[in-house]
Formats: sequence, C-alpha cells, structure tokens
Amino acid sequence: MTYFTARRVARSAMVLAASTAISTAAMAGGHGVDLSGETAEFVIPFSESGGSARWANFYAPLLNEALTGNPTVVVRYRPGAGSTEGANWFQQQTTDDGTLVFGTSGSTQFPYLLGDQRVRYEYQDWQPVLASGTGGVVYLPPELGARFDGDFDDLQDEIFLYGSQGATTLDLVPLLAFEMLGLDVDAVFGIEGRGDGRLMFERGEANIDYQTSAAYIQSVQPLVDQGLAVPAFTYGSLDADGNIVRDPTFPDLPSFREVCEATAGCETEGLAWDAWKAFFISGFAAQKMVYLPGSASADVVATYTNAFEAIIARPDFAELAAAELGVYPQLTGEAARIASDQATNVTPEAREFVLNWLLEAYGISLN
Amino acid sequence: MARAGAFRAISGDELVDILTTALPAMGEALWLVFQPQQLMYLVAGVLLGLSIGVLPGLGGIAGLSLVLPFMFGMEPVSGLALMVGLIAVIPTSDTFSSVLLGIPGSSSSQATVLDGFPLSRKGHAARALSAAFASSLYGGLLGALVLTGFIFVARPLILAFGLPEMLMITILGLSMVAILAGRVPLKGIVAAGLGLMAGTIGAAGAGGSLRMSTYEIPYLVDGLQLVIVGLGIYAIPEIVSLLRQDRSIARGGSLGEGWGQGVRDWWANKWLSTKCAAIGVVVGVIPGLGGSVVDWLAYGYAVQSSKNRENFGQGDIRGVIAPESSNNAKEGGGLVPTLIFGIPGSGSMAVFLGGLALLGLSPGPHMVRQDLDITYTIVWSLALANVVGAGLCILLSKQIAKLTTIRFTILAPYLFMLIAFAAFQSRQSLGDLAALVAIGLLGILLRRFDYSRPAFLIGFVLSNQAEAFANMANQIAGSRFRRGWEQGFEYIFTPLSIGLLALTVLSIVVGMRQAKNIRENIDAPTGSKRAPFIFLGCITAYLVVAWIDAFTITRMGDKIFPLTVGTATLLACFALLFQMRRLPETHEVFVDLESGGDDAKAPYGLWRTLSWFLGLLVMSGVFGLVIALALFFVGFFRVRGGFNWARSILLSAAGIAFILFLAWVLGRDFPPGLLQSYFNLPWPFT
Repeated sequence: MTYFTARRVARSAMVLAASTAISTAAMAGGHGVDLSGETAEFVIPFSESGGSARWANFYAPLLNEALTGNPTVVVRYRPGAGSTEGANWFQQQTTDDGTLVFGTSGSTQFPYLLGDQRVRYEYQDWQPVLASGTGGVVYLPPELGARFDGDFDDLQDEIFLYGSQGATTLDLVPLLAFEMLGLDVDAVFGIEGRGDGRLMFERGEANIDYQTSAAYIQSVQPLVDQGLAVPAFTYGSLDADGNIVRDPTFPDLPSFREVCEATAGCETEGLAWDAWKAFFISGFAAQKMVYLPGSASADVVATYTNAFEAIIARPDFAELAAAELGVYPQLTGEAARIASDQATNVTPEAREFVLNWLLEAYGISLN
Repeated sequence: MARAGAFRAISGDELVDILTTALPAMGEALWLVFQPQQLMYLVAGVLLGLSIGVLPGLGGIAGLSLVLPFMFGMEPVSGLALMVGLIAVIPTSDTFSSVLLGIPGSSSSQATVLDGFPLSRKGHAARALSAAFASSLYGGLLGALVLTGFIFVARPLILAFGLPEMLMITILGLSMVAILAGRVPLKGIVAAGLGLMAGTIGAAGAGGSLRMSTYEIPYLVDGLQLVIVGLGIYAIPEIVSLLRQDRSIARGGSLGEGWGQGVRDWWANKWLSTKCAAIGVVVGVIPGLGGSVVDWLAYGYAVQSSKNRENFGQGDIRGVIAPESSNNAKEGGGLVPTLIFGIPGSGSMAVFLGGLALLGLSPGPHMVRQDLDITYTIVWSLALANVVGAGLCILLSKQIAKLTTIRFTILAPYLFMLIAFAAFQSRQSLGDLAALVAIGLLGILLRRFDYSRPAFLIGFVLSNQAEAFANMANQIAGSRFRRGWEQGFEYIFTPLSIGLLALTVLSIVVGMRQAKNIRENIDAPTGSKRAPFIFLGCITAYLVVAWIDAFTITRMGDKIFPLTVGTATLLACFALLFQMRRLPETHEVFVDLESGGDDAKAPYGLWRTLSWFLGLLVMSGVFGLVIALALFFVGFFRVRGGFNWARSILLSAAGIAFILFLAWVLGRDFPPGLLQSYFNLPWPFT
C-alpha cells in the first residue's frame, strides 16, 4: 500500500521542485458563515472515474477541515451528455446557504463557448471560488524531433497523424495550434482518452501527440529519457496579467507563443491567435473551477474563498496536491474570478472563427 | 518503424527483461497480496461474491456493479483485492444453486445443472458439490498460471498490436456469435446485430452525431450503460421467471454424504478437468462473452470424448467436473485481453475495467509494461481468491444449503431493490430505471423466443470498440495510403493481423460445429406462429427506423458503422421472416417458452409479474424510490407472498433499512419523483 503512494510522491517531487503554487490575497468583505452540523454537497457533472472525480474527492475532506463549522462534505456525481446535463441541473438550483458547490471542467466550458444546443446554463450567473489550472506538452518522435529547432519551418512537408478525442473537446486547442503552425495533420478521431493517443504514438501509428502535464511527467518523460520521444513545446502558462509565458513546470521548453513567433506564417496576434488563446485558457489555464450558485450570499462566497485559501496555505498542501493532482496553480478570490471570466468568455469573432474552422476542416456543425 | 522495433526487442532483450523487471515485480506483487489489509479486502470480496453467486441468476456483472460505487478513493491494491475476490468466487459459489436448486447460479454454470441437479436429487449433493469445488479450485489456479505466462510472452509483443490488430481481436470476439447462435444461426446473427445497434445509440464516439436519440431526451445522448444492459438482459428475465414459478426453492436442505467421494471423483478425472480448464482459458482469452459459453463447450467436450455416455444428464459426475473446471479457468483467461489491451474479455470484465478506472488504474499496454507489479497483484489475487473461495464454500456449505430453502417470493423483492439501486447509480436519473425496465422486457422476450442473449450482449459490449477501431484503422490506413501504397498495405497486412484473421475463420468453423452443444434454454417448446412472428416484426421495424436514422447523418465516420451493421442485420431479419413463412409451426424457429415447459406451467403470468416491477417504476416516478419501495414491499409481501400484515411490514422494514444503510455508507441519493419536485424533503426522500 505504502509502496504505491511513495512512488507517486517520488514522481511528483520533480514537479514540485520546478513549480510554484500561486495563491492570492484574501478577498475583502463578508463575514464567515457557520456551517456546523450541515452537509455540503460538492456536485460534479461527471462519473466516479476520471480526473474531475479525483480532483473533487481531493478537495472534499480538505474543505471539511477548512470550512467554518466543519460541515460534512460529500461529492455527488451527476454525469450525462458530456457534463452538460449536470450543469443544466446546477443552473436551476437556488441553494443560498452554502450547502451546494459545483465543480466544472474544460468539457463543461467548451460546449458553452461553442454554443452547443444542449447548453442551458449560464456561467455569468454563477460565483467562482476556485480555479485549478493545468498545462500540456506537445511531443514528436525522435526522427521528426531532430528536424525541430524551435520552429516548424523544416516540417511543413511532413504528413502528421494525431489521435484525437474529437475536434470539439479539449483537442480543439492542439488541433488549432497545428493548423496555425501550418502543419499537415490528419486527425484520427474516436479515441476515448489521451492515454489512447499516447499509445498510438508509441506504436508508431501517430507521429505527433500531447499530454497534460501530470500525464506527460508520468508517461512520456520515460520515453523522452529512452530517446523514444522529443518534446516540442508547451501550451504555456498564464501570468497574473493574462499573458502566455513559459510553463513553470517545464521551464526549459518553449511555449506555443515562442514557437508560433519563430515559425513562418504563424501569427501571435489576430483572430486565430485570440481564438486559440481563449480556448487554451478555458481548457487548460483554468480547467477546473468551483462555483457557488448565483443565489449564494456574499457571506457564503467569503466563507468558501477563505476556506480554499486556508487549504492552499497549508504547509502540506504542495505535497498533498502533488500526490493527487500534480502541481498546478490553484487560484482563489479575485484571481479565480478573473480566471473564470477568461475561461468562459470569448469574443464573438473568436467563436465565429472556431465554428467556421470546425465546419471547414472537419465538417462539424454544432447547430 | 516502431513496430519493427518492437519485434527486435523480443529476440534481444527478452531474457534480460524477465530477469530485471518481471521477476522482481512478481515478488513485489506477492508481498503486496499477502499484506493483512489486502487479505481482509480479498476475503470481503470473496464473501460478497459468494452471496451473490449463491443467488440464482446473478453473476459477475451484477456483483461488480453493486460494489463499483465503493471503489473510488480505495487503495488500488485493496480495491483490486475486493473486485478480484468477487470475480473469482462467483463461478465457484454459483454451483450451489445449480446443484441444489437446478437453477443456474450465474450464466457460467448453466451446464452444471444438467448433471449436478440429478445428483442432488439422488441424495449425492455433497459429492457433486465437493467435486465441483475441487474442479473450480484447480481450474482457477490453472487460469492464473496461464495468465502469468501470457503476460510474460505478451509484454514485448504489445506494441506490435496496432489498431488493425485490435480490430481483428474484436472481430474474433464477434465471431463467437457463431457458437452462441443456438438452434437457428440466423437468430444469433439478429441478436448480435441488435446488440451492436443498441451499442450505437447516443452521440457517436468520433464525431458526436446523434443516433436514435435527441437532445430533447438527454438521457439517450450518452447511450445505454453496460451495467443496465447487463442487469436487464440477464438478471431481470431470470428473476421474473423464478418469481413466476414461485418455487420454495430446495426441499429439505440436506446435502447428504460424499464429500470425500467428490474429491476422489475429481482426481480420477483430473485429465478431463485439465482439458476443460484449458478450454476455459482459451475461450476466456477471446474477447466476447466467455462466461455463458464456456461451460457448454466443456460439457460438450466431456460428452463427446467419453466412451460411456448414457449417464450424462442423469447424474454423471463428469458432467459436473467439466463445466466447473472451465468456468473458473476462464476468469484468468478473460483477464488476458482486459489487462493487456484494455479490451474487456467479457461483460463482467467490462465492469471490472470501469472499477479499475475508479482506482486510478488504466489497464492496457501501459499498465502491463510500466506497472507490472499491479498487474501481477491482480494475478496473485485471482489465485488466492480461488483458494479462499473454494475453502469457504466447503466450510459454509451447510449454512448456504439452508439459505436455499427460502421461498423465492421473499428474495425477489430484495433483488429488485438491489438491482434498481445499482442501476440508478449509473446515471442517477429516473431514466436509469426506465431503461432497466425497457431492456429487462427485451431480455425477457429474447429469452422467451430463444434468441441468444449472450450474442446480444457480445454485440453490445464490442459495439463501441468495433466501430472505433474500424474507423480509426481506416483513417490511419487512409493517411498511410496518402503517403504511398506500400506504406498502406504494410500497415494493414501484418503477420499478426493475417494470423488473427485465420483464427477468426477457424473460430467460426469450429463454432458452427459446436453450436449444437449449447443450449441456453434446455426445452424448446413451440406454439403458434403468431407471437414469434410479431416479435421479429418489431425487431425488424426498429432496425429499419435505426437504419433510416443513420442514413440521415451527414458525417460519414458516424454513419457508416450503424449503416453497415444495420444492413447486415436487416438482411438476416428478412431471411428469417421468409423462413417463418415457409416452415411449419413446430419448427425450432418458432420456439416460444410460453407454450410449454416451466414457463407455461408457472402459476403466475409473465405480464402480471412484470407489472409489479413496472408499478415500482411508476411509483418511483411519483414518490421517489424510497417511498415507492416501501409501498412495493408491503404490497408484494401481502398480496403475492400472502403474508399477514405484521410479517409483511417486518420484511419490508428490513429491506428498507438495508438499502438506507447501504446508501448512507456510500453517500448516495435515491431517485426522486414528482413529489420531490414540489416539496423539499429530507434525505433519504430527496
């Protein structure tokens, strides 16, 4: 039993050294609400398997300790229709006493941004109290990696093959990045998780792939060490001003911004860039967020904000988070609000651009 | 290029790999399995599996579905021990109901009934049971041993299995339909095709196009859940059928003598046991639905290979040893594709895969290559659970035998309650219960008209994979062909895929020849032409609608699979309809269990029995599940059970208390009804 845990910690220790957990100052205003004797429900619109369940179950016991009055915190699952069913349900809730919080992910954000007809929820009605980020690394096989020198100019005549979960999922971010870099990428749709994409890469069927940071460190780093894969770039990370900078988890790898600037024909301004950035922020920089219903009072919001801040300030938080979530920025208070706004707002032009691109490149229409 | 690399690795580094990686991992796993905490969970799993296996009709799928909600947050090795313990003991403990009651304890011990039950009626229950347990233990250990070996051999080969090879493995699994088809091969094709089509309902995996669903009914968009299909197709028809007959299951509950004799019987037939275990392993390895075939294959082999056959069916101990050796061995075999490729070896393995995901483990090439210790933990747990399971079965057999004297009318409502609760866990919507009843009805009708339910489930389980692999392999091949013909052909026609193709052809040929030994329904009464004709007509109508629906999809990748499968299945339907016109009504194409045999003689009608369950659904929609269950229980015990008020209320209270405790421990809600949308009620009524 201890063996597995020890190994996980050891794996994440590398990340720990290279990264910093970001925490912001306490939000002003509001008295705490005492929740003693209550049961707070932490609802996620996903099933018990998968990353969101892991994330929610990581925070639930910590919330129990940190919230005033130590309420029982239970995680409830409301999966369905790619998480839109649960989000539609949350939209109708009017709980105002702090006994209900809702956790969303990139899979909830993207249908909202793209105007999927299943969406009957409105992020602007909800009040964010936590935003958890993640990153991603794009990598190549060694023979293509040798031809990559910080830009993709020498790889324009190559035919790439990428295993994808679908163009309207989080894969929208890498697919759009490839498009902007001018790469000739055949996307093979239908895989069920990024792990399947990595396997296609390992079998030599795919020759470009990406993994989120935690999965990259766990599964691709060994391949890199054995000379079977070469990292190309990270999507980057969002600084406090909303600029894309190098991912602190991988300080030696260029960000997509750098690679795009170096590659002929790829622009870091304009419609395509704005669209990519908007969807990157929604899908990665603020991938998972905790919301209170719009009906919750300012006091309740302050209670949860304080609780999450207390959790992140715990001396053992970095270690706990490393073992369960990997080390990503955890934003609270005003920072969470900014992250939430950025993750759930795209300009109509950016949205139009992506919808047109989906239709032209993949024949996908969301209407 | 990477595939060539994988082949080179076998010749060069295999030995080094075994010495440096595999052996330490095996040692590590062995140490892990024998930790007190893991042992505790293993025994807990075994006890749970034992109770579920004893209940007639419920097997691995139902058992695993019930423990799945427990899994999240458990230590991986503990969770594995619990699940593996449960899986491993079911083929052992289901023997009780097969031998003592003459009702298959789960789908994998149907053949045991043929000789086990006559033995028990002659007063040799103890002999039959001990021979069965010895065979089970032996088969289970052999299965674990083969799994160990397979992992050794497969490790360096895994990366050579690309999408075309995975597709071929899936097709090999589908080819099992040939053997399952039963009396009328066309019916097997229709059942499997219907299963495949049921698997395509919802948003398509690749492009998200909707198939036979609409955004207005969000429940359907995610497709049907395996847990619900498994419970509906297998558990509900069995329970309803038993309930209708209202047997007070076994008489007396004494086992007789002959414990030592049974073990000696097994020893005398150890070669038969070994061969049947080997059959079990091989069938288990082929993805599909090993469980319900393997016992019949072993039984058929025992009959064909023996010189004196006249005792079979009247209490020949070999008829117990053969299926019992094979059904435990198949679990080890079934874990081979599950662990190595992440392709479920059977229905219960598909649920097992879901459980592994909850534990944060992702089975497949990655796990076998990088987390070898976890992989071997599963193997050792399997072996250990077989030993513990067989031991416990012998120790507890007297008590378990008494359990079987309970009237089924008392057990059935509890089973309905557990099934409804387990089904509700899959999506937490009333739709779960509605889907359960709808699929349960389909299961009942498939059983009644002798369409192979295992074939249906094989189709359903493999549907998503068959479509995804076919689509992806096609896309990759297209991309390769874009680079050059040679690259394309090199990708599709590998030695492995050609070898698998040959195996598939072999499996179909052997399957057709063996099909006659597989008798899902032992009697085959035929009645009028009308009922079977109407049922097939309904299936055909559904398929036509599904075909037209698929035709209107614009995305090629999302329509081609349902269109192809739909066309093939429709052709089979038309051929069958044509046959029905031509053949006399005594032909086996018109099998209708309601026109003869146990079902026809049952004191209660099918619709009346089913309407109890329908009533539970409707009441749940109005009052929520908890209140509905209370009303259902009292009503059922009072009216159907004929108990007095005191006893009815006591039995109901016990059931409600149990489910409340379970839900409370798991932190679960119950399905709410209309009532709850008007009034805010406290838990558990929410």
